[in-house]
Amino acid sequence: MQKNGNEKNQAGFFSFMITFVFMFITWIVLSGYFEPLLLGLGVLSSLSIAWFFHDLLFAGAVIQDIKVFLRFCQYAPWLIVEIIKANFHMLYLVFHPRMHQLIDPHIIQFQTGLKSDIAITTLANAITLTPGTVTITANAEGGFRVHAIDRKSAEGLPGVMRDRVAQVFGENR
Amino acid sequence: MHIIINILSVSCLLMGLVFFIGGAVGIMRMPDFYSRLHPAGKLDTLGIFTMVAGLVIYNFHHLSLGMVLLSIKMFLIVFFVFLASPTATHSIVDAGMRAGLRPWTQKKEKE
Repeated sequence: MQKNGNEKNQAGFFSFMITFVFMFITWIVLSGYFEPLLLGLGVLSSLSIAWFFHDLLFAGAVIQDIKVFLRFCQYAPWLIVEIIKANFHMLYLVFHPRMHQLIDPHIIQFQTGLKSDIAITTLANAITLTPGTVTITANAEGGFRVHAIDRKSAEGLPGVMRDRVAQVFGENR
Repeated sequence: MHIIINILSVSCLLMGLVFFIGGAVGIMRMPDFYSRLHPAGKLDTLGIFTMVAGLVIYNFHHLSLGMVLLSIKMFLIVFFVFLASPTATHSIVDAGMRAGLRPWTQKKEKE
């Protein structure tokens, strides 16, 4: 029991620290002043915000979550490359004279097996961000319904993108 | 050096323009509610990305700390658009589904 409470305190301290660092970086970037007085005011306000709201923004964050963040940083460039490729495909479709024969809108359903909310949200956002596919519904069991504009956009869907997101959040099955 | 920066930034801005025009044309040309959302919600994200990238490259003319901070702020705009755009698209699609609108398919065209 004692140990459990101790762990809880540590987690609270970590989320406090990460909120403070995040707020202070935001302060520096948005203000752009480096006088000691203004930096001190920034430290003060970041501290107070982190004190009051540390259980809101990064609730229950632990040190192991840094790994998730690093894996997310590896995943983001891949997502941007996918977005660019899919955007050019979409541009080709939009300007094609016989577009109505090329497109074939249909709805596909699949089960991803993702468990955590954040993984499901990330996958749903990634599917919507890549042109050609829009997430219609995503339920808590990881089931997805996706509206796809043509067969080519839909063919790679549950596969690679799901594996990437699952790898980021450490969900292999 | 200046001419390279100019060429890069102008070509990025032109790319962004092409994507935005594609989005606008797509809204006009697509057959139904759901497929119109594909160009509307998504070509804009890459459009705004390339346009902001062009403006950031233009900032390299006067490289200073203030300019770097300004560039970071401009990329914050892109970040928030990347978060907000899929959410808005999803809620519009969801509204259509709840109202019971059926999607356009190739079969309906032939009938």
